[in-house]
Amino acid sequence: MTIQTMVTLLCEGFLTTLAIFMLTLVGSLPLGLLVYFGKKSRFAPLRWVVNVYISIMRGTPLILQLMVVYFGPNLLFGLTPPSNWRFLAVIVGFIINYAAYFAEIYRGGIESIPVGQYEAAEVLGYTKSQTFVKIILPQMVKRVMPSVTNEVITLVKDTSLAYVIGVVEMFTRAKQIAVAPDSPGMLAFVVAGVIYYVFNFIVTVIMDQVEKKLSYYQ
Amino acid sequence: MSVLTMKNVKKSFGDVEVLRDISLTVEHGQVLAIIGPSGSGKSTLLRCATLLTEMTDGSLYYLDQPAAESRDGKALYAGKEQLKKLRSVFGLVFQNFNLFPHYSVLKNLTDAQISVLGRSKDQAEEKAHALLKKMGLDDKADAYPFQLSGGQQQRVAIARALAMDPQILFFDEPTSALDPELTGEVLKIIRELAHEDMTMVIVTHEMAFARDVAEHVVFMDGGVIVEQGPPEQVFGNPQQARTRQFLQRYSQA
Ligand SMILES: Nc1ncnc2c1ncn2[C@@H]1O[C@H](COP(=O)(O)OP(=O)(O)OP(=O)(O)O)[C@@H](O)[C@H]1O
Ligand SMILES: [Mg+2]
Repeated sequence: MTIQTMVTLLCEGFLTTLAIFMLTLVGSLPLGLLVYFGKKSRFAPLRWVVNVYISIMRGTPLILQLMVVYFGPNLLFGLTPPSNWRFLAVIVGFIINYAAYFAEIYRGGIESIPVGQYEAAEVLGYTKSQTFVKIILPQMVKRVMPSVTNEVITLVKDTSLAYVIGVVEMFTRAKQIAVAPDSPGMLAFVVAGVIYYVFNFIVTVIMDQVEKKLSYYQ
Repeated sequence: MSVLTMKNVKKSFGDVEVLRDISLTVEHGQVLAIIGPSGSGKSTLLRCATLLTEMTDGSLYYLDQPAAESRDGKALYAGKEQLKKLRSVFGLVFQNFNLFPHYSVLKNLTDAQISVLGRSKDQAEEKAHALLKKMGLDDKADAYPFQLSGGQQQRVAIARALAMDPQILFFDEPTSALDPELTGEVLKIIRELAHEDMTMVIVTHEMAFARDVAEHVVFMDGGVIVEQGPPEQVFGNPQQARTRQFLQRYSQA
């Protein structure tokens, strides 16, 4: 196998990695906010459900959660999942896992905002939803940026867990290449590692930019 | 018609009775100062008046319209719409300003005008600039709160409250978070407002200021009004031993 073939194969795998990464963020960043609202709901049963969900997501391995999402519909309910279920299961698994973490991060951010902000808004006559959207949410976003950046970097690396249910992202590709008959051996892993690293480097730069954008106030 | 009427206000936190039967009225154009030792319930009283804390019992009226009325030993609050309406009657200036840090000074002054009162952006900005000018802060419209000194922040907070055209303005120790050299600029603004007949209730530890600016002084201790009257009387010739004690300690400090 030529090095060029290898790199091409890894880059193809990387597109899947990138798709998992993007779709997970697009799904879990907003879902995390909904989970937070559920945790704070006045309706106690919803709170319990959300708390159990969060503690399971944080207390069990992501790799196991992916398996459950992938095999669950068939093993538990005898359903025949759609043909692209492999990929969808990965996305669903990642989204619900990361949403739980984001919900906790948002909670920390929101609870760190001084109560005086709510009181000032209340006295000025803002409604509860105006207060949240205009006063609390923007300040929360700034406060959680460092923690969110950590999660996003972890996510880049976590995408490789998709291999357990046979989604051919970059890590799976690297494994396949490494055991191919005329394989370049270790090199496949080294190149994959470099690509992960560069990707994370870019992610970090972007997140730094976002943090800088938000540093116009303290 | 009084701007504010509080009748037999009681407030307990758990078993601790913090306000025990407080009544007071504030007329249009009146400046009322509330003084008293730490823990006497001054802040709690302001928080009850501004609907940040619910009274346990008692009645609260703005412009003779009930925000809450005493029923069977409990304060029964009016509906959401009525409270929203009455909220627009008053403004509150906090000890630690509570400006919105992510908004520029201008936006701190305009946002509630636009999203609560429904004013146009132009109207709101015109009002904001006029108030900033009055506060001596016309050059700070585009600054963010963290770029301002404490005294400037507090003046912005006063302007933010005034932008809503309240009929009565409450202050909870507006200068006690400030360095001594910055209190003057804030007190000066409040004095000016008093000259313009702004109705105000001011909780303060600045005795000289209270004596000077207030038409009526209330001395609180242990959750009750121990003594009240014109400043000449409360400061010059206090009738109650507790008032004398308190004032004495202050003049020594
Ligand atoms: N949320 C609360 N929960 C329990 N107790 C409270 C609460 N808020 C105030 N208190 C108690 O009520 C009493 C009166 O407090 P308040 O803040 O009204 O006093 P104050 O006169 O404003 O004092 P200071 O001059 O120190 O500001 C204090 O004993 C205080 O500990
Ligand atoms: Mg106080």
